[in-house]
Amino acid sequence: MSQTNDAFAKAVPLDADSAVSVRNVSKNYGDVEALKNLSLEFPRGQLTSLLGPSGCGKTTLLKIIAGLLKPDSGEVEIEGKIISSPGPDRSFVFQDFALLPWASVLRNVAFGLELRGVAKSEREAIAEKYIKNVGLTGFEKAYPHELSGGMRQRVGLARALAVDAQVLLLDEPFSAVDEQNRRKFQEDMLELVRGENKTFIFVTHSIEEAVYVSDQIAILLPRPSRVSEIIRPTSFRGTGKENIRRSPEYLDIVDEIWASLRNYVE
Amino acid sequence: MTVLGYRLPGMSSLLLWALLWEVVGRTGWTFFIPPLSDVFVTLVDVIGTPAFLKAMYETAYAFLAGVFFAVIIGIPVGILIGKSRLLDELILPWVNIFLSAPLTALVPVLMVLFGFGMKSIIITTTLFAIWIIILNSRAGVKQINRSLVDMARSFGATPMDAFFKIYFWAALPEILGGVRIGVIRAVKGVIIGQLLISIVGFGALFELYSNNFMMKHFWAVLIVLFAVAFSLSEFLAYLERRVSYYAASR
Ligand SMILES: Nc1ncnc2c1ncn2[C@@H]1O[C@H](COP(=O)(O)OP(=O)(O)O)[C@@H](O)[C@H]1O
Ligand SMILES: [Mg+2]
Repeated sequence: MSQTNDAFAKAVPLDADSAVSVRNVSKNYGDVEALKNLSLEFPRGQLTSLLGPSGCGKTTLLKIIAGLLKPDSGEVEIEGKIISSPGPDRSFVFQDFALLPWASVLRNVAFGLELRGVAKSEREAIAEKYIKNVGLTGFEKAYPHELSGGMRQRVGLARALAVDAQVLLLDEPFSAVDEQNRRKFQEDMLELVRGENKTFIFVTHSIEEAVYVSDQIAILLPRPSRVSEIIRPTSFRGTGKENIRRSPEYLDIVDEIWASLRNYVE
Repeated sequence: MTVLGYRLPGMSSLLLWALLWEVVGRTGWTFFIPPLSDVFVTLVDVIGTPAFLKAMYETAYAFLAGVFFAVIIGIPVGILIGKSRLLDELILPWVNIFLSAPLTALVPVLMVLFGFGMKSIIITTTLFAIWIIILNSRAGVKQINRSLVDMARSFGATPMDAFFKIYFWAALPEILGGVRIGVIRAVKGVIIGQLLISIVGFGALFELYSNNFMMKHFWAVLIVLFAVAFSLSEFLAYLERRVSYYAASR
C-alpha cells in the first residue's frame, strides 16, 4: 500500500471499512421522537444487529437507511455516497414478508429484478438459482398462501438476494416464523454472511438471536432513542454453529445485554 | 332446497313460480298477466324481429359504452383518491352524494345538455355505474398492506410500476366487486335512460307494447332483459371468486 493511502486510512479509520455510515440522524413522527441524533457505523462484509425493546426506533432507522423514510436531520452514507432514496445497492427483507399474494414464488423472487427492467428469461434464471439456494426447489409455481411462514420468508430472502445488492436490510425477518424454522434461519444467516461478501443490517428484539448471528450488536434504548452500547463478540465465531450457544462468551454477552435491557421492560 | 330427501339444483324454486304464473295466466284473471307459455312463444317470435334486434343492438351499444367509460374512468379515479389524501378530500364527498342521489331526476337535465339520443343514454349509464366503482376501488387501495408498497419502492418501482403492479392487483377483489354492482346499476341506467328518452332501444319498444296493451311482448322483452342482467352479474361474481384466493391473505 502506498504512503498516501496509508495516511488516508489513518485519518478516517472507521469510514475505511464501513459500508454504511449513519450520522446524527433524527426523526420525529409528530411529537414522538423516534430517533435522536443517532450515529452508527456498519462494517463491510459483516452482520450488525440493531437490538432493543419494541418502539425504540429500529424499523425507523432501517427504513431511513433503505431510503424509504427521510430523516429530519442527519445523513446516511453508503459506499461513500449520501443516499436520499432507495437504490440498487440495498435490498430489504420485511417482517411480514411483503410477498405479492397474486404471484407465484418464481415471480415473487424475480420481482425485484422485474422492477429493475431485467428481461424475463434472464430474471427467471436468476430467481431459479436463489430459489434453490434457500431450499424451495419444486415450489416455483406455488402461491404464497400455500406456503408456511418459514417458507414465505425464504421467498422474501431469495427476492432480496436475487438483486445482488451490497447491503441487506432485514427487519425482524424471523419473528413471524416458528421456533424450529427460526433456528434453521439463524444458522443459514451465518453461512450467508460468510459466503456472500455483503453487509447485513439485522433488526431483532431477541437477545439470543442477536448474539448468535452478529459480528456487531448495537443496543438501542428508547426515549430518546440512542445507541447505548456496541458489542463485538470475538471468540465464538470460529467455533462452528453447533457450539456457539455453549460458548462462555455467548452466555456472558446474553446476560450482559439482558442486564442493560431489563429496566426497559414494562 | 331439498324435497323428499332429494337435493334440487340451484334455482329449481323458479319452476314453482313459473308454474304459478302459468296457472294465474290461464285463469284469465287479468290481461296484465298472460300465461307464461304464451310469453315464451312470443319471446321466440319477437327475438328475430328487426324491431327487437335494433333495440337489442342500441341497448347493448349504450350499455357497453356506458360501462366502458365507468370502468376506465372509475378505477383510476378510485385508486388515485385512495392514494392521495388531498384528492380524497376533494372528490370523496361528491362520490358519496352521487352514489345515493336519485340519478333518474338528472336524466332530463342530461337530455337538455346532450340531446335526445344515444349520447345522453350512454352518459346516464356511466353515471349510474361509476360511483360505486370509484368507491370500491378506493376501498381496495385503502386496505393495501403498506409493506407491499414499501417493498416495491425499495426495489426502485416507478409510480407507474406501483400503480399497475401493486395497487391495481391489491385492490382487484374490491374493484371487481364494485364493477359487478356498477354493471347491475348500469343495466338500470340504460333502461331508465331509454324509457325517459323513449325514442331509442327498448324505451321505444316498451312504449309501443304498453300503448297497445301487448302484454305478452312486454313480458317477453322484460324476461330477456332480466336474464341478460342476471347472467352478467353471475359472470362477474365468478371473476370475483377467481381472485378471492388472495383477497383473504393480503
Ligand atoms: N408512521 C408512524 N406514525 C407515528 N408514529 C410512528 C410511526 N412509525 C413509528 N412510530 C413511532 O415511532 C417509534 C419507533 O417506532 P419503530 O421504528 O417502529 O420502532 P421498533 O421497530 O423499534 O419497534 C414508536 O414509538 C412508534 O410508535
Ligand atoms: Mg419494528
